[in-house]
Amino acid sequence: MTLRIAFKALLRNKLRSSLTMLGMIIGVAAVIAMVALGSGARSTIESQIRAAGTNLIYVMAGNFQAGGVRMGSGAANTLTVEDAQAVRDQVSGIQYFAISVQTRAQVIAGNQNWPTRITGTDVELPLIRSWPVQHGAFFTPQDVTSAAKVAVLGKVVSDTLFGENTDPTGQTIRVRNQPFKVVGVMSSKGQGTGGEDQDDAVYVPYTTVQKKLLGITHINGITISAVSATAVETVAKDVAALLRQRHHIFQGDTDDFMVRTLEEMAAVRTESTKTMGALLAAIAGVSLIVGGIGIMNIMLVSVTERTREIGLRISLGARGRDVLLQFLVEAIVLSLVGGVTGIALGVAASTTLTRVLTWPTTISPEAVALAFACSALIGIFFGFYPARKAARLDPIEALRFE
Amino acid sequence: MPVISVKALKKTYTLGGEITVQALRGVDMDVEAGEFVAVTGPSGSGKSTFMHILGCLDRPTSGRYLLDGRDVSHLSRDELAAVRNGKIGFVFQGFNLLARTSALENVELPLLYSHSPVKGSERHRRAREALAVVGLSDREHHHPNQLSGGQQQRVAIARALVNEPAILLADEPTGNLDTRTSIEVMDVFQRLNAERRITILLITHELDIAEYGTRTVAFRDGLIVSDAPTLTRRRATEELAHLPQGDEA
Repeated sequence: MTLRIAFKALLRNKLRSSLTMLGMIIGVAAVIAMVALGSGARSTIESQIRAAGTNLIYVMAGNFQAGGVRMGSGAANTLTVEDAQAVRDQVSGIQYFAISVQTRAQVIAGNQNWPTRITGTDVELPLIRSWPVQHGAFFTPQDVTSAAKVAVLGKVVSDTLFGENTDPTGQTIRVRNQPFKVVGVMSSKGQGTGGEDQDDAVYVPYTTVQKKLLGITHINGITISAVSATAVETVAKDVAALLRQRHHIFQGDTDDFMVRTLEEMAAVRTESTKTMGALLAAIAGVSLIVGGIGIMNIMLVSVTERTREIGLRISLGARGRDVLLQFLVEAIVLSLVGGVTGIALGVAASTTLTRVLTWPTTISPEAVALAFACSALIGIFFGFYPARKAARLDPIEALRFE
Repeated sequence: MPVISVKALKKTYTLGGEITVQALRGVDMDVEAGEFVAVTGPSGSGKSTFMHILGCLDRPTSGRYLLDGRDVSHLSRDELAAVRNGKIGFVFQGFNLLARTSALENVELPLLYSHSPVKGSERHRRAREALAVVGLSDREHHHPNQLSGGQQQRVAIARALVNEPAILLADEPTGNLDTRTSIEVMDVFQRLNAERRITILLITHELDIAEYGTRTVAFRDGLIVSDAPTLTRRRATEELAHLPQGDEA
């Protein structure tokens, strides 16, 4: 019965009802759109990480101390090809495996030149990174064994030296006065997990970097992919244990290498997008509260404006709780209808954002449910004070009210 | 048994601090079923306070008030609401109809607050009946702003009748109406009183309006100063017949 009375009272003043709802509609729509935007950004980053391969484990040569001076990570020359072989042979759960030796050099082709990273690696790199070759092919195990002077170019290097949309396979580049035969070009990959441009690099066999370019026997690191995401932790632990044993590092001493999983690096970035998402949701939440205050404001005005009506209802036999319920239900209906309309508008806004601006959005059922619950709660919370005010009116005073 | 029985009724208001106002200083009155009592008196005489207490909108400071045989002097707010809903029909000076709401729905309003729920079809039937009694069957779906003052007051009377109350309390019902319309409303009251034996209490400060009742009670300074049968009673039906035809239907 109270529902009927409240609905009729709302319908009697359509303009005021819809204007009141507007605050709620905008608030809820903002929440839905903002949360969709936030979780869209997060899932994009998550899928980028998944594309990079969540099974990845990086082993890097660690800190090296000369006297009292620390040389920083990667400086130690204690990580060797033999260590890498031992890891490959003795640790179970490894799927793909690539040694890496890095240097920087000026790369020259014809009258063009370009300073870039020379990454000495192994044949399994494209498999580890699920990274296809665009032109030609990756170098072969024979190239690694014989330390052949072959190179696979990153997209940026290829474009810079040979021009865009050309296949430089079979051409020659010069690195530190030595000719390298271009055997392939990698497809475009973009930023790596450390923020480096993976397309701005030249990939050659690690043996070639060791023997032909640097004249060293140690390596900078190993990239490992585990057979499954669940195996990552065990593999990382086993690799660390094996290397400590091989390097004679005792319990409590500092490692001269580092083992990092991509999971750890990903966590940092996911955390930052989460913060961003929370910030957006908080801003949207504020607008929801403003919408609620709007409802309270209008309900208070409405109680004053309808003082005579309330007096009449009381004199006709409405009890305090009848009046309280009527106004409370009016507030809840306003905020719920506003909430539902807001959800529809928010979903439409997110879809439009994705379509027009190609911003990724993900509409989560949780956010929709939360916005709906919030709007109901706001109706009850902000509707209660005006409703109680109405219920406590003295009918004699209320009937005399002009 | 009288419908209304009031004994030593007092009402004292406290206006901020020490100042007290004695609105009623001990009123005794009995009203039998079927009476048409006009309550008169200048403003400040206590007649409004008396009417509020009779209407169960207010409680007396002391004294006893029996309505339809039941002592209602010390009931709670909710109990008073139930009494108002079931036993009392109000007619106000300002009509107090809900705007943008049809006459029929306005008349149904008291039934929405009935303690025993009334079904929709039953509400419509009773509201139509009440509108027929005041002669507005053809205006059921009109909104208040589409009705004249007299018609609006007749809708309000129908609303007061719909719960079949023990008494009809009319507080200055002609205060906002012109002479002819006032007589028309009095005609409705006189016919309800004569044909349906409805007990009516009419509060008015206009002495000529008081003459439509069967009994006149005069208030002054919180006391009844005179209470007598109306000797020269006016007949609304006859007066209307002699008045030139108004614009109203």
